[in-house]
Amino acid sequence: MANKKLNVKAIFKNGLFADNPVIFQIIGICSALAVTNLMMNSLIMGLALVFVTGLSSFTVSLLKDRTPAHIRMLVQVLIISAYVIIVNIFLQAYMPAMSKALGPYVGLIITNCIIMGRAEAYAISNPPVASLLDGMAAGLGYTAVLLAIAFVRELLGFGTLFGIPVLPESATAWTLMIMPPGAFFVLSIYIWIARSKRIKQEAAQEKGGQR
Amino acid sequence: MPNIHPLVIFFASIFTSNMVFSNFLGMCSFISVSKEIPTAAGLGIAVTFVLSITTVLNYLVYHYIMVPFGLEYLQYIVFILVIAAFVQLLEMIMERYMEQLYYALGIFLPLITVNCAILGVSLFMVIRNYTFMQSLFFGVGSGLGWLLAILSMAGIRSRIKEANLPAGLRGPGITLIITGIMAMAFIGFSGIVQIS
Repeated sequence: MANKKLNVKAIFKNGLFADNPVIFQIIGICSALAVTNLMMNSLIMGLALVFVTGLSSFTVSLLKDRTPAHIRMLVQVLIISAYVIIVNIFLQAYMPAMSKALGPYVGLIITNCIIMGRAEAYAISNPPVASLLDGMAAGLGYTAVLLAIAFVRELLGFGTLFGIPVLPESATAWTLMIMPPGAFFVLSIYIWIARSKRIKQEAAQEKGGQR
Repeated sequence: MPNIHPLVIFFASIFTSNMVFSNFLGMCSFISVSKEIPTAAGLGIAVTFVLSITTVLNYLVYHYIMVPFGLEYLQYIVFILVIAAFVQLLEMIMERYMEQLYYALGIFLPLITVNCAILGVSLFMVIRNYTFMQSLFFGVGSGLGWLLAILSMAGIRSRIKEANLPAGLRGPGITLIITGIMAMAFIGFSGIVQIS
């Protein structure tokens, strides 16, 4: 690590924008869709994911030289489940209502492909601290998208943000938004915007390169 | 323990609380493997099979090993291990005795371990306190519901393959929009039976 300077800014930029797990890689969207009917749920879920992704990447990276290649996946799943259990017990102890609201989706962090993806793609070949940051960046990218989806869904569905009424009483609640279809539509619109933007950028770059 | 007839749970898990359309489970492979009908059918059948059996296995492990020893907090680790071990075992058995099926399903089997629908059904089963029969029907029904969802999605996607879509919407974008419309259609079933 001495000869290669840790490029924190690049890691975070990658996780949050350029390589955002939800928008561009379309992974980990099960929970992204399920918990986004309320901002608070999304925030807690996002923080839980930042915690688990960061620390499991860190641990995978620490153990990478000692892990036999053929049981690598199994070891990773075990590491991830251990952290998810910590999160679950923490939620049950300090935020029982939230734990109930998130239901099985806390446990489903284990099968969230973002964590496994970062462990496989980054942590397995990079030093621990960089892996920790990379994992956290991916988790924050996920959190950002979750909050963005929840913002639209909660605002239109309940007229509130973080439970605080924002829209006037006269506004009609758009119930569809808090039902499953709303999640699909809002996410697909975000994907549409982000991808169109990227395609435009790439086209502009190609044009610039040719000149 | 909720007093719902297992058959009600069976139909509800196919239509009203479909794994994809109302619980958002197994979305990753639902979106990436739904381009063509044969592959979608292959994955769907594999998921149904694994789901039915792991739900029962997890029920037995949970109620006969973990509850008596007070180990409920380990459920995540144990469930995922049971699933991973079962998929691995299935892979070995199929390689030995059902070679054709093994090559047909080959790539899908490892994918199944990380399909969150499988773990999700086991977790729902625990949260909702299902009995053995209820869990069995819930597992089979959820698998069939997932199969129905991915098959219909593959059917639609093979029809719109040539459609002239905005570039940014191609692939996952349009798939999610179709899923949303299908989810709306499935809400129409909710008058029939309801589980929660």
